[in-house]
Amino acid sequence: MAPMPSPNQTLREVLDLAAAHFKVPREKLTPDDDFFKTLGIDSLQALDLLTRLEQHFNVELPDYELQGVSDFRTLADRIQARR
Amino acid sequence: MSSGRSRDDTMASFRGEALSWELRDGVIELALHRPPGNEIGTLILCELEKFVEGLEEITRQAHALIVYSTIKAGFSAGADLRELFDGAQRVSKTEAVRGVRDFLERIHRVMNTIDALPLTTIAAVHGVTFGGGFELALVCDLIVADKMARFAFPELRLGLIPGFGGIPRLKRDLGNAVVRDLLLTGRSFNAAKAQSAGLVSQTVAEGESLRIARSTAAQLKKFDRQTASAAKRFIKPVPYDELKREIDIFCELFTKPAVEAGLRKFVESTDAQPYLP
Repeated sequence: MAPMPSPNQTLREVLDLAAAHFKVPREKLTPDDDFFKTLGIDSLQALDLLTRLEQHFNVELPDYELQGVSDFRTLADRIQARR
Repeated sequence: MSSGRSRDDTMASFRGEALSWELRDGVIELALHRPPGNEIGTLILCELEKFVEGLEEITRQAHALIVYSTIKAGFSAGADLRELFDGAQRVSKTEAVRGVRDFLERIHRVMNTIDALPLTTIAAVHGVTFGGGFELALVCDLIVADKMARFAFPELRLGLIPGFGGIPRLKRDLGNAVVRDLLLTGRSFNAAKAQSAGLVSQTVAEGESLRIARSTAAQLKKFDRQTASAAKRFIKPVPYDELKREIDIFCELFTKPAVEAGLRKFVESTDAQPYLP
């Protein structure tokens, strides 16, 4: 059985995916950024990000768990809890 | 309204403000194109009624119907909540409920007609497929979903239930545990989850749902139409009694103060995530 990926690994993958998909230089993203502001995305694009994260990590992320979440670190924590 | 009949004076094609349709090679393609999110209000309802009125004529020349959206955001964000809220504000409570019931009865007639069509119907969906938009997809026999599609019934946060036939059709098509999950949590399912739950028949790559729906429709042409229609009538009964009951429950709930508060909150929201339940 593969070892559980670390929280830091999950966070790195979230940042990599967000940077690649929304075409933002990776070095401009930090864990505590407000991703709505840093990525310049609206609620529909946030849903798009949610779907891509679910596909990438092969997890389900119920929308209500993301209510009020706007920084990459907390987002990665929510994903880590379901891996 | 920029609409018109085709040259041969049938309703084989139509271009309206909110939707268009065209009959081509035995397939009727119904496109939704009302920005920003194909919200279903009076405009879409009126044009859907026009579509349904002309169906008897064009279904004789068709074997399949595809419903899709040309809007980037998705298939449909659901009922036009701003129109619902504004309309209810202008009249008394009694008149507001009467107006809602009238709207629901009209949209149910449209949905029930499409549900029972003697054609095979396919919803080709992408992006946001929420509330009333989800209910429109559910009247179709098959749902072909772009892998980025999301499905949800967020009505409970407004103090309401889905009103365009969603609960009876979900109950018809799915196990009760999935129905309760969608309704009671209001969470959205991605396409893969929706397929594993039995809602979606095919999940396809981004931007490919219409192409795959067309390819599926081409396959359907190989079968005897009467046999396909008999199979559909046998396996997919329209739950008329429950649909009527749904309208009654919706109208009962619509009088509650929580609904006005929920609609106001949505309409006036500056929340960065207004689509999230």
